Amino acid sequence: MVKHDVTLTVNGRTSTVSVEARKLLVDVLREDLGLTGTHIGCEHGVCGTCTVLRDGESIRSCTTFAVQVDGAEIRTVEGLAKGAQLHPLQDEFWDKQGLQCGYCTPGMLMRACEIIEQNPDVTHDQVREGIASNLCRCTGYQFITEAVCAAAARMKADSAAPMGAQA
Amino acid sequence: MTTVDRPDAPPVRTHKQNRNWVGKSIRRVEDPKFLRGRGGYIGDMTVTGMLHAAVLRSPHAHARITGIDTAQALAAPGVHAVITGEQAAELCDPLPDFGPDPAKHTWRCLALDKVRYVGEGVAVVVADSRYLAEDALALIDVEYEPLPAVVDPERALRDGAPLVHDDMGSNCAYERTFDFGDVEKDFAEADVIVTDRLRWRRSGGQPLETVGAVADFDHATGQLTVHANSLSFTSYLFMVAATMKIPANRLDIRPVPAGGSFGSKLFATKPAVIAGMCSREVGRPVQYLEDRVDNISNCDHHGSDRVYEVRLALMRDGTLRGIDIDTVDDYGAYIQFGVGHHGNALAQVVGPYAMTSVRYRVRAVLTNKNQQGAYRGFGSEVNNWMLEQMVDKAARELDLDPVDIRRRNFIREFPHFIPTGNVYDSGDYDAVLDKALELSEYEHWRAVQAKARQEGRYIGIGLITAQERSVFSATEFWFWFDEPGAPVTSMPESVTLKVDATGGITATLYSCAFWGNSPETMVAQLVAEEFDCDPHSVSIVYQGSKNGLPATGPGGSRTTVMLAGAVEGATAKIKAKALRAAAHLLEASPDDMEWVDGGYQVKGVPEQRKTLADIAVMLHLFKHSFPDDMESGLEDSKVFDHPYTTMPSADRKDLGVFYPFMGHACHVPVVEVDIETGSVSFLSYAAVHDCGTLVNPRSLAGHIVGGTAQGIGTALYEEFVYDDDGQLLTSSYLDYLIPSAMEVPELKIGHHETPSPYTLHGIKGGGEGGRMMAPAAINVAVNDALAHLGVRVTELPITPDRLRAAIRAAESARAPG
Repeated sequence: MVKHDVTLTVNGRTSTVSVEARKLLVDVLREDLGLTGTHIGCEHGVCGTCTVLRDGESIRSCTTFAVQVDGAEIRTVEGLAKGAQLHPLQDEFWDKQGLQCGYCTPGMLMRACEIIEQNPDVTHDQVREGIASNLCRCTGYQFITEAVCAAAARMKADSAAPMGAQA
Repeated sequence: MTTVDRPDAPPVRTHKQNRNWVGKSIRRVEDPKFLRGRGGYIGDMTVTGMLHAAVLRSPHAHARITGIDTAQALAAPGVHAVITGEQAAELCDPLPDFGPDPAKHTWRCLALDKVRYVGEGVAVVVADSRYLAEDALALIDVEYEPLPAVVDPERALRDGAPLVHDDMGSNCAYERTFDFGDVEKDFAEADVIVTDRLRWRRSGGQPLETVGAVADFDHATGQLTVHANSLSFTSYLFMVAATMKIPANRLDIRPVPAGGSFGSKLFATKPAVIAGMCSREVGRPVQYLEDRVDNISNCDHHGSDRVYEVRLALMRDGTLRGIDIDTVDDYGAYIQFGVGHHGNALAQVVGPYAMTSVRYRVRAVLTNKNQQGAYRGFGSEVNNWMLEQMVDKAARELDLDPVDIRRRNFIREFPHFIPTGNVYDSGDYDAVLDKALELSEYEHWRAVQAKARQEGRYIGIGLITAQERSVFSATEFWFWFDEPGAPVTSMPESVTLKVDATGGITATLYSCAFWGNSPETMVAQLVAEEFDCDPHSVSIVYQGSKNGLPATGPGGSRTTVMLAGAVEGATAKIKAKALRAAAHLLEASPDDMEWVDGGYQVKGVPEQRKTLADIAVMLHLFKHSFPDDMESGLEDSKVFDHPYTTMPSADRKDLGVFYPFMGHACHVPVVEVDIETGSVSFLSYAAVHDCGTLVNPRSLAGHIVGGTAQGIGTALYEEFVYDDDGQLLTSSYLDYLIPSAMEVPELKIGHHETPSPYTLHGIKGGGEGGRMMAPAAINVAVNDALAHLGVRVTELPITPDRLRAAIRAAESARAPG
């Protein structure tokens, strides 16, 4: 089958892969780029487990062909932490037990990231409505909502703090 | 009444008073890798040379396979092998099956001769990639001769119904009626007998990760290594080896974290066998990972699917006497776990109520559907729902307050043996109810409800009180049969603790893989409690089944209690050695020493002290400093067996103790029903649980919320729908509706702690609680909202269609003429 070159900048690193037109973005991320943090859930674009950010906006990587996003900037869960330092969302998910089996977590984190980036003043109800795009079978969403709200507050405080004064 | 000689209960324990780590909501030790996307699930695993398998599924509910042509598929690009059901039957024996008369409904990894449900596997392709394997599936030509399907379980019992398995001669795989206590007397003396017909339709665990395995058969050694996200393999390993026709000591099943299970990955042998069979055939590692359609249609873990005819005998003052339960359970095309689901129900069949008799008739029916397996509650959640609907109906018929009728019947003395013979070890149901009434603002909502009714709004309050059994004994799988009998099954769980030369502790778990619960956090907190260390400093590893100690794996809310027993036992052995070593080093008598803050010291002389690290380095490196009979190292294991289980009586009038550590909960949802659309929304939801002593309260709260969310799905949304021809209408998440954040309300959670007298720290299991309560509570709430309209919903899930139909029926009934 004919292959196509696709160039993606994933978590700041640019790669070109040669893939069939039918190859899904999630499979390119997982198989060609070795980024297995993005998971596959329902394969119909319903559950949001495969959520990644394309140019800052969430997409379902299980219903997106890689060739459709040639040239895009993609962010995945692997791009959140900086070395040993967890992203505030990851840290608050840990603190609030916003995960149990962890399978929906990468998609949920990326969706939460988008929610906060779009609205740093996001309210509790807006978070709950916002994450309704993504299914979680373990937590019942309550502690995820708490974690996202706590992270949003922390990120807002951090961005308001003078340079170098981060907690 | 049959007199039963009950063996003595285990000794009542004295629990540690001041705990440092047990009871703290520490951050889970499992989480950092999952937060970073490095969970290492089965789909993340690649092995050099690994191929991929995909399964061709039957489009027919019931058909004879008259021919399969695989030639084109075999010639397709990247294809290494195509195995049909006929070939698979040569390569592998039937799958492990705990059902009655398994030879009469032989269950194989691929269908042989006949398909019995939509989605049943017919052939498997092994190819370079999953894409190529699926391409080749489309090239397999199967000829079917369709047969009439049997879909409705009650029709399946009628004479002349099509047979799912010809050898059975009927579709009834099991039938028996049990009487516990004096049923006739209770019904003869009752003032009132409340009857109802109830219907619970099938849903399932549906974890977001499907079931899968990576298998690697080594023809040089004859060893099959299987990495699997299914569980419970160590103690039952030999059965999978038998299916694979290899010696048990040539099979190693290694646990991989599971992306959720909720029961549905319990002993899921089929994917592991398919992967193993393929690997042996092609001589290379093979991954078989279900896709979502595979999982929905062919996972072997659909939940209960029951019709109930129930009679409840009670006195006019609300005193419950006896219950007569007649249930037909639609098991689907096979019956791998027998009727263990009804054993679960019998563990707590009378709920928290002091009833004196139970009649239980069960008929397990086979139909053209995917079979039942495990789903959080394992059949006892259905019993909870049935019982609470009956109590609720009784309260309405007798005009009794729903709180009063429950409180009037609470069991208050423990240990309490219920009529089936199972024991409730402890509990305080009044305390839980009191807390729930307060937390839910029950009186407030009753006032809101009354006011809303005047405004034409339909608000309902669904108070229920129900049981949450924990720590099963496998007797529930076989006490159904008089012959062959078996001794009490011990259901062990094991832990190895190793103290390294620096005093660092590593715990090894056997078969108890991570599946979203938190065995690592539980063990870390329990170890920290014993050794006064930071739980986050404890390392946890999982051992594969080969060389593994006896272990049963999760199920029936057993993990924490069993791991606690194993940690306690291993700790005792290690501390005994450490004490002896410390006494030797300090030239003191062990009797004069005590464990204080992570080390042994001479009583009253704290400077005469050896920390665990001091002792460990000596034991690891300087054995010759010690007496001859002490060996190097500081490591020990405990195989912990079920602490309280007893034999059923020979006449099965008493089933013995098989689920002794009894939790309890009260749920109080407040719902509003839109009678025009038939939709149900939540205004409030309070849940108070008593699972004994809590290890990590926030983790337990997470299970309560998550289980309640699943219960909301069961009550309102989720159903595997098969049409009259046996076609599955809900084969994706577009049709099988899992609640999102907008359907699940914020829960107010309360904990009450009644320690078990028989377990370490008084811990009981609690992982299934939310789902054991929510369907009952939500159904009661919906009926409470609509009772004054003459509406009583008796079928789950309460979809808008069903609710509107019930409302229309009530309107017709009320219409003049």
